[in-house]
Amino acid sequence: MDFLNAIVALSNFVLIPAIAYGSQLALGALGVTLIYGILRFSNFAHGDTMAFGTMVTVLFTWLFQGWGISFGPLPTALLALPIGIAITGLLVLGTDRVVYRFYRRQKAAPVVFVIVSIGVMFILNGLVRFIIGPEDQRFADGARFLISARDFKQWSGLNEGLALKSSQAITVVVAVLVVALLFWFLNRTRTGKSMRAYSDNEDLALLSGIDPERVVMVTWLIVAALATVAGVLYGLDKSFKPFTYFQLLLPIFASAIVGGLGNPLGAIAGGFVIAFSEVLVTYPLKKILGYLMPDSLQPDGLVQLLSTDYKFAVSFVLLVIVLLFRPTGLFKGKSV
Amino acid sequence: MSAASKEPFLIGRAMTGGYGKSGPDILHDCTIAVDPGEIAVIVGPNGAGKSTAMKALFGMLDLRQGSVHLDGVDITALSPQERVVQGMGFVPQTHNIFTSMTVEENLEMGAFIRRDDFSDTMAQVYDLFPILKDKRNQPAGELSGGQRQQVAVGRALMTQPKVLMLDEPTAGVSPIVMDELFDRIIEVARTGLPVLMVEQNARQALEIADKGYVLVTGANAHTGTGQDLLADPDVRQSFLGG
Repeated sequence: MDFLNAIVALSNFVLIPAIAYGSQLALGALGVTLIYGILRFSNFAHGDTMAFGTMVTVLFTWLFQGWGISFGPLPTALLALPIGIAITGLLVLGTDRVVYRFYRRQKAAPVVFVIVSIGVMFILNGLVRFIIGPEDQRFADGARFLISARDFKQWSGLNEGLALKSSQAITVVVAVLVVALLFWFLNRTRTGKSMRAYSDNEDLALLSGIDPERVVMVTWLIVAALATVAGVLYGLDKSFKPFTYFQLLLPIFASAIVGGLGNPLGAIAGGFVIAFSEVLVTYPLKKILGYLMPDSLQPDGLVQLLSTDYKFAVSFVLLVIVLLFRPTGLFKGKSV
Repeated sequence: MSAASKEPFLIGRAMTGGYGKSGPDILHDCTIAVDPGEIAVIVGPNGAGKSTAMKALFGMLDLRQGSVHLDGVDITALSPQERVVQGMGFVPQTHNIFTSMTVEENLEMGAFIRRDDFSDTMAQVYDLFPILKDKRNQPAGELSGGQRQQVAVGRALMTQPKVLMLDEPTAGVSPIVMDELFDRIIEVARTGLPVLMVEQNARQALEIADKGYVLVTGANAHTGTGQDLLADPDVRQSFLGG
């Protein structure tokens, strides 16, 4: 019984939240890694692109809610998501046309692109706060729990409850679908293969007649979709606050780098590595250990290795460790 | 081979130029030509401008004088990408495959400009390089040096080019692999496709060459059939090592 209680507690407080958070990080890191692989720079505006996409989705969700449209037990935001993706796609294509293309023509060094993307980040940052404001926004509706803790306790007779929020289930399902679609596109379609070819060897891709501007355009559109989906899922799971999305840039970059920049599989693995470490290290393990250990060995403290205030430090420590021992990341990525 | 009165299929005539708009001239009044069914080889000492001459034919440097004609059409003003569409197949010396992609995907990318069904061409490439068929689903970066060169040549053949240009195809491969690659290149040339290549291994290359160009400091020093050049005491003395 104690052992089952420990497993349920671990699932409820660590595994399920980490899987949901890891999926959100993975989707974000996929966007960063695609830009790195194809446009060859670290896009610091990615967090704010996520915020922009989420903001558009939130605004349309409110509009739909105002019209009385709902999606049954599912959040209305899922209906507004395609509109969010489309408008974010227009935004990133516009930024590329107005800003990045100029530097591409100059054949600017990657570090120049990074600085330019920081400029774009600040502009998006301001734009989002100007439109929707800096406060926390809630936009989740529909059924809140797929499995509630009380129902689980009654059903199982255990002391510990297991709750599965519908936002967590939706996150995982949507992430799996999006990743499957992305890998199908990259590995099976002509355009997707040309993107990989361009990322692998730019000169040879040009010699093969691959149009770089088209590759860049398709990449931006995919990145806009990934960023919006990641942002909306995160917002449904927690809440939407522009500053939080700016902060998300850190674990997202850590995920992409830990996995191996430019490698999509690595971005996914990196997302989960970072999420699990963050949740595990900042969660007080006393309860779980309490079920597993004999009374004489019960821990006195909370066995919380780090306060949640320091959760961002976890990403950085992992980042440093990986960069020291495997500079190209866990999967074979490009060295930075 | 070709009638003396007829213009060669691919010819870079009296090419003078270097890299960039203001770079020093590397080629001086250099002429290179190749006809269907022929293997033409550019040899010469280090720094003679062999690869540069080939890149000039392919449009990768600015010519100050001279012209390039393909099948009677003046292509001097075209970019390398446009020349690929016109029927030039080019295999660079290095970075000539997509290492993270499978052999088959490399061939597919070679055929990127084709919108028709290219499965016939792929079958032909696999016939020419049977080892690639066995390794079609392996990442090209995991293959040996000789096999990678076969992928590179196969990729260039996928456009069904009218002329094939190889920049040092045997660089960095063992002598046995080199012989095998040369055999394959002869097979390609026998199909009627003009082959132009730059080679470090001058003696072996001239042995299979219908036409040889010896370049010295960016200018034509000796021109003739492969056998003539091998027999020429000047050529032997100056850089074949006696």
